[in-house]
Amino acid sequence: MEIPYLTLTIAIPIAAAILIAFWPRLPASGIKVLSLLATIVPFILSVIVFAGFDRTAGGSMQYAEKVSWIPLINANYALGVDGLSLPFLLLTTFIGFLVILISWKINLRVREYFAWVLLLQASITGVFLATDFLLFFIFWELELIPMYFLISIWGAGRREYSALKYVLYTLLGGAFILAGILILYFATGSLDIVNLINTDLTEVLKTSSLALTFVFFFLGFAIKLPVFPFHTWLPDAHTDAPTAVSVILAGTLLKMGGYAMIRINAAVFPEEALKFAPFILVLAVINVVYGGAITLKQTDIKRLIAYSSISHMGFVLLGIFALGQVSLVGASLQMVSHGVITGLLFAIVGVVMHNTHERSIPKLGGLAQQTPRTAVIFILGGLGAMAVPATSGFIAEVMVFLGAYSSGVVEGIQVFTLICLLGILLAAAYILWTVQRVFFGQPLPRFEGVHDADRVEQAFSVIFIAAMFVIGLYPRIITDVLDSGLKPIAALFGGS
Amino acid sequence: MDYSLLLPELIVLGTALAVILADLFITRKKVLVGLALAGLATAIGMAIIQWPDAPQTLFGGMVAHDPFASFFKVFFPLMAGLVILASEDYVDKFRKYHGEYHALVLLAALGMMLIAQASNLITLYLSLEITAVAFYVLVGIQKDKKSTESALKYVLLSGVASAVLVYGMALVFGFTGSTGLADIAAAIQSMPPAEILNSPGLLMGLVLVIAGLGFKIAAVPFQFWVPDVYEGAPTPITMYLSVASKAAGFALILRVLGSAFVEPGALAQQWAPVVAIVSAIGMTLGNLMAIPQQNIKRLLGFSTVAHAGYILVGLAALGNAPDLSTLAVSSVLFYLIAFAVSDLAAFIAVIAISRRLGSDNFADYAGLARTSPVMAGALTLALLSLIGFPPTAGFLAKFYIFNAGVQADLLWLVVLAAINTVISAYYYFGVIKLLWLREPAERIDVPASGALKTALALSLIGILLFGIVPAAALELSEAAAAMFGP
Repeated sequence: MEIPYLTLTIAIPIAAAILIAFWPRLPASGIKVLSLLATIVPFILSVIVFAGFDRTAGGSMQYAEKVSWIPLINANYALGVDGLSLPFLLLTTFIGFLVILISWKINLRVREYFAWVLLLQASITGVFLATDFLLFFIFWELELIPMYFLISIWGAGRREYSALKYVLYTLLGGAFILAGILILYFATGSLDIVNLINTDLTEVLKTSSLALTFVFFFLGFAIKLPVFPFHTWLPDAHTDAPTAVSVILAGTLLKMGGYAMIRINAAVFPEEALKFAPFILVLAVINVVYGGAITLKQTDIKRLIAYSSISHMGFVLLGIFALGQVSLVGASLQMVSHGVITGLLFAIVGVVMHNTHERSIPKLGGLAQQTPRTAVIFILGGLGAMAVPATSGFIAEVMVFLGAYSSGVVEGIQVFTLICLLGILLAAAYILWTVQRVFFGQPLPRFEGVHDADRVEQAFSVIFIAAMFVIGLYPRIITDVLDSGLKPIAALFGGS
Repeated sequence: MDYSLLLPELIVLGTALAVILADLFITRKKVLVGLALAGLATAIGMAIIQWPDAPQTLFGGMVAHDPFASFFKVFFPLMAGLVILASEDYVDKFRKYHGEYHALVLLAALGMMLIAQASNLITLYLSLEITAVAFYVLVGIQKDKKSTESALKYVLLSGVASAVLVYGMALVFGFTGSTGLADIAAAIQSMPPAEILNSPGLLMGLVLVIAGLGFKIAAVPFQFWVPDVYEGAPTPITMYLSVASKAAGFALILRVLGSAFVEPGALAQQWAPVVAIVSAIGMTLGNLMAIPQQNIKRLLGFSTVAHAGYILVGLAALGNAPDLSTLAVSSVLFYLIAFAVSDLAAFIAVIAISRRLGSDNFADYAGLARTSPVMAGALTLALLSLIGFPPTAGFLAKFYIFNAGVQADLLWLVVLAAINTVISAYYYFGVIKLLWLREPAERIDVPASGALKTALALSLIGILLFGIVPAAALELSEAAAAMFGP
């Protein structure tokens, strides 16, 4: 019998979550070790999948698993990876075990915390692996419940407000996605995503309802990514979430939106994607410029990173809806890279906050002398966010901009690309300014004797940084795979 | 005449009488509960044995024996059994009426089983009243001020609704010359469509029938009795009303509209938009009015108004596209199953918690997750299912009913329903928030009897089972709905 690798990456965290929730005498340390195991094993499994993945096979699903689930409506339990989803599987399981390390200091309601984190991990993994629409949607929605509890119990500030806002926004997005799925299902009688990608929908649906379906899906995914003007939940959720949850949120959750836009909006509805691209690119420009500008004036260090994500997701949106082969690869790479870099930034900001009990930038300063290791880690992460060469951020953004500028699919794409370039400038400005205000200048006496990053924190930071440079120096490790998955999608548009 | 096909009903009736008689002689009241449960179990078993392959009618077309009826012949005794199990911790409050209480629960079940198979306006009305009278007494059985007030309210409003219904039936009878649903359908089909639409008497009759039935399912604008009656009634009866009596209303409305007024399409096109609008207003109003509630029973009451709205999406789909009838009706039936297990779980948890707290104000539920994690977890799972989160039954139920709506070209209604789901999440999460995020005022644990725990466990298993592997329940709904096929 073949080993069901993909199912295991989802089932192991769920099993561990159930075990933790219902094993009353398990001590806190046991819970943490168990959680670590239950996230490292899926990571190893996904590395095995990555290594065994056939990069020459084109866009077909590999490691596919399919079991009939609800025969009455033709729904299957179907998982699979192609070149597009594989990097995201790797990213999710990678961030998954780092998140457990980042959560090591949690000591409030430990049992519930780790059970929810593991469930969250499983549901995000499921989104990237599901090849059945119903299953995809179930994982998509399932993620909300752990997020609600994680933000509202272990968060800070207006955590309950932020948690509920997150749930309601995402649920609203989910409602539109559900409507879209139903229209597709009605038209084709199939819930199989791969099958739908290969179906010519223009034969079964009227143009107007095709456009409507496209918009429904886009709205749902745009809330997640998030795209202006649906972004307002993000700074709230990020700011009030506990550190580890911010890392998951920035690292993998937002990517669900971008991934789904490529997988569904672009691949299933190529003609509509082309038609709506100019409007969406306007939103991308707003995301980049408005997001970057508003980042500049943040005084809360966590909120600053949160807003910078909005700006960076604008690049992703630009890359996707430039609809060229290179730009699509760039957008996907940007998502992976942003997952690593922003994950690192949130994690290290968490360390700063934990040790100094301060998150307001004007009240911080000179920390480089008192906490040199933290400062170095933050600066390295910042270099990635600024897209300095040799980091993953650089290669991703280069690909997005080169790819978008030369894609030739959407008219006027050069103008959009050029405006978006402003985002790089803004990123350099807010990162450097933040580094200067937080870590340099006169050391403040009140931070005398503040702890620096400890061993666990150094460990996860090193892993993050290593990943950032590995991708930055040898991007082919990811781009080869992405290329094989995105080629068939880009071929729909005929651009370069 | 094949009386044997009515055996499930006769068993329930016999059990009810036996319970009353036994109450006179037996001091250990547990025996009554056992007797009632045994009777219900036998009735369910009999209904399953008698599951028909093809529809047939009994007693000159007064009663139908078809998969649709059999579906409910299993459904209602199951509900009654769960209500009896869940009542165990509650009946101390009216110890004197122990026997009557259980007998009435059984009689209500009997009435509802008959409703599901009534295929004539006369039997339909009679079974409706059997149910209603049993409920009047049950609502008021606590005999305190609130309970009496809500019983009176229920009697008066339900009486008006019955009058409206009878008037509507009389008009339908007058125009079609028959009280049998099949004959009515035949009479209507033989009229030219133009004549149907030009006969205000018939349409008026139809409207009045819909209005009378609308009251039973608490569809807007006939929902105003719900919160007061729900709040005043003993909680197990509130649960019975919200789950079983609502399902009975839907069984009835499906039977009447689905078998007598679907063909020709012109007539269905008349009532489908009305149902769609009632559905739209119902879910929106129900949800909006649930938001400010502070009493958990009232909150659940308004939320059932909203759920009636969601279910009406399926009914509107039936009217809008009669050729999709199997899909539409089975989605309604599956929704009823899913709603039943979710609402039951919520109410059973509320029964246990409220009994300990002596309060139905959910502000008092604060921090329950710390002191009684199992109860809080159960209530949370039930509420998540009512919102429609995967992997619960509530999610798949919404999926099916929305599916039916989209296929019947009611996309606007489905989008509205989906947005309403978001609104409902707001107030359900209000309760969840209290359970998990607040510090408990005092350390309380929630003890519960074995019977209640059994009922709770059954409904929780139902929530997860129908949410993860729904195939069996779906096939059942599909089989029961197939008889409406063209």
